[in-house]
Amino acid sequence: METQAITQEISEPAAENAKPLTKEVSGSVALLEALIVEGVDTVFGYPGGAIMPIYDALYDYNDKLNHVLVRHEQGGIHAGQGYARTSGKVGVVFATSGPGATNLITGLADAQIDSTPLVCITGQVFAHLLGTDAFQETDVINITTPVTKWNYQVTDANEIPEVIAKAFYIAKSGRPGPVLIDITKNAQIQKFKYEGYTPCNHIRSYRPKPIVRTEYIQQAAELINQAKKPFIIWGQGVILGSAEQEFKAFVEKSGIPAAWTILGAGAIPSDHEQNVGMLGMHGNYGPNVLTNECDVLIAIGMRFDDRVTGRLDKYAKQAKVIHLDIDPAEIDKNVKTTVPVWGDCKETLPMLTAAIEQKKHNDWLNKFNEYTQKEVEAVIYDELNPASGEMTMGEVIKQLNDITKGETVIVSDVGQHQMVACRYAKLNNTRSNVTSGGLGTMGFALPAAIGAKFGAQDRTVVAVIGDGGFQMTLQELGTIMQSGVNVKIIILNNHFLGMVRQWQELFNERRYSFVDIQSPDFVMVARGYGIEGKSISERADLAGSLKEMLDHNGSYLLEVIVTKENNVFPMVPQGCSVSEIRLK
Amino acid sequence: MSDQDNNKQEYNITVYTENQIGLLNRIAIIFTRRKINIDSLNTSPSEIESIHRFNIVITESEDVVRKLARQIEKQIEVLKVYFHTNEDVIWQELALYKLSTDVIAERVSVERLLRENGARVVVIRKDYTVFETTGHREETDNLIKILQPYGLIEFVRSARVAIIKDSEGFNSKLREFERLEPGEDVMENKYLNKGQKVFSM
Repeated sequence: METQAITQEISEPAAENAKPLTKEVSGSVALLEALIVEGVDTVFGYPGGAIMPIYDALYDYNDKLNHVLVRHEQGGIHAGQGYARTSGKVGVVFATSGPGATNLITGLADAQIDSTPLVCITGQVFAHLLGTDAFQETDVINITTPVTKWNYQVTDANEIPEVIAKAFYIAKSGRPGPVLIDITKNAQIQKFKYEGYTPCNHIRSYRPKPIVRTEYIQQAAELINQAKKPFIIWGQGVILGSAEQEFKAFVEKSGIPAAWTILGAGAIPSDHEQNVGMLGMHGNYGPNVLTNECDVLIAIGMRFDDRVTGRLDKYAKQAKVIHLDIDPAEIDKNVKTTVPVWGDCKETLPMLTAAIEQKKHNDWLNKFNEYTQKEVEAVIYDELNPASGEMTMGEVIKQLNDITKGETVIVSDVGQHQMVACRYAKLNNTRSNVTSGGLGTMGFALPAAIGAKFGAQDRTVVAVIGDGGFQMTLQELGTIMQSGVNVKIIILNNHFLGMVRQWQELFNERRYSFVDIQSPDFVMVARGYGIEGKSISERADLAGSLKEMLDHNGSYLLEVIVTKENNVFPMVPQGCSVSEIRLK
Repeated sequence: MSDQDNNKQEYNITVYTENQIGLLNRIAIIFTRRKINIDSLNTSPSEIESIHRFNIVITESEDVVRKLARQIEKQIEVLKVYFHTNEDVIWQELALYKLSTDVIAERVSVERLLRENGARVVVIRKDYTVFETTGHREETDNLIKILQPYGLIEFVRSARVAIIKDSEGFNSKLREFERLEPGEDVMENKYLNKGQKVFSM
């Protein structure tokens, strides 16, 4: 691998033609050079004392790195996550020491559990002050250890090129995840002999992906070929592995019905005839019930989260389980596997596709459709097409689908509206569903939508947020204002913390404990940030307002007042089996 | 007691790692997060330069231990994790005992007791004497009981170290790690900024 000459002239402009390699640069410059070689175009960050040398160097890199000034470090890291999710690239975040770094924790935990590739750079106090309770000193490495794939503290500038190379390699390879590099201020300032940047492609103690065992492929193929009622459940692994085409080929050749976890949504289009819907607590009726009827369960790039499995000892006990995963620690973690197919699904899926017979499972697929019909009658039709009364969340999503035809990126926050958005949003494309799946981070959507737009500039990004979640990170409206990013925001306002209220209604005898949340005038707040907006409560205004929002040149906030006490159904109550899913 | 508890026994977890600050914490929190007590933990450079070896003892079921081992092996700087029951390893703990030299000199029975328990003298000073013994927990515990009546001043015991009966050592494994999978073509890193098709692992 050739090393890269530094792209920015710093100390010796005259020497540029003579000797571009090997020169004295600061640790900060080495860091920015590394980002450029890694293909980073956007950084989300917030300056502060301990990261000032990096920001000083950044001043000269304005033309190469687009730095987005956020309003809070949590907003910065969620933006990094949104960016990573739509672009497939590594999200990069800058924060200062102490409070800057601790504000990243929620985002790190979110990225860790949802396998989002991030490289976070935090400033740290001078190395000689470590451990002295210096101003804005926090033990960031130890605080972040449980919520990072890897972290490292740099105290000497000489380490920077190699450490950053490792950081990017670790963040994006294997099962992706967040990496945090803490750089002491002296290392940012320190000049050292820079010999270029070499990306990392091997760490001897790190196996990004297990070696594919062909005998397991054979065993899996035999099980699939013999199966009468096979069922595919897929997760984000398909998207993270860029294996959407391979997955589609497998699904279509096998003829097997396939359902998705919330983070897997969109890997194949919503209207694919074998796409039978969403799994889990608020997933679709058929996929949940029939999990306990299938004879072979083929899990691809998913991790059997408790929200997907419900009660484990009553989960797919009748089925033989084939589990494809890149992370060996996921095999047998929650559900006992009959055949583990270790490896990157981009490699294993084509092998499996080649080894299986072309089939149709029409009767079995029809069974899913029968359940869909029941669900439509009991839940979906009324949710999406209410004839009278206040508006529902579902009809907003449906109207949005009708206008956008499934071409937008949908970023959702956490709660009832998230379940509704994920259940009903039409997705034609992969990397179109950005939501906080594992951690369930309220306040995720607004900053994540900002990042999602930077990661997919040619696409329309619509954030769907509840009235509660929006108030957790609404300061990022300032980021929208200043960066000029074009994000469409829909607030589904039911004047409640809806999901908790739903649980209190169903399981706590309607003892509504602190769920009636008041909101400011959202439209006026948006206007304060120079963002156009409108609030509607009449069904007649919905379609036109959505269109107005989408057609508006720039960001737009649309508040939709929806009915207060709607519940999200179907629902697998906690502690129940997936086949005990309730339609009401 | 549940079945889970009934299946519990001592497991010796052997971890080969890079020598990296913070790794001890990364490994320890895998246990503490699951509220699993570490009975014994030893970390020391291995026979291979730059490679460290952890010996961790916990009392758990095999299923739990296997999952823990996979979580540990997932850490970036961990090369390899093995786990074994006590039957599969030879293990020892080292214990030091400090007694008054006067007591030793005056009471011959102490010396006899030490000899019977395989203890050795590490140092003799005018005022105190330090003995050492190695063995299993029961043996070192036993000697405490025996010495208590003679005014045991101080006692300390090391963590367990364990040798795996059925192992070929780690040298060849390490060479495999260094050789295997040099990774994807590094050139792809340069194309990260070229849009949709770039995320490849």
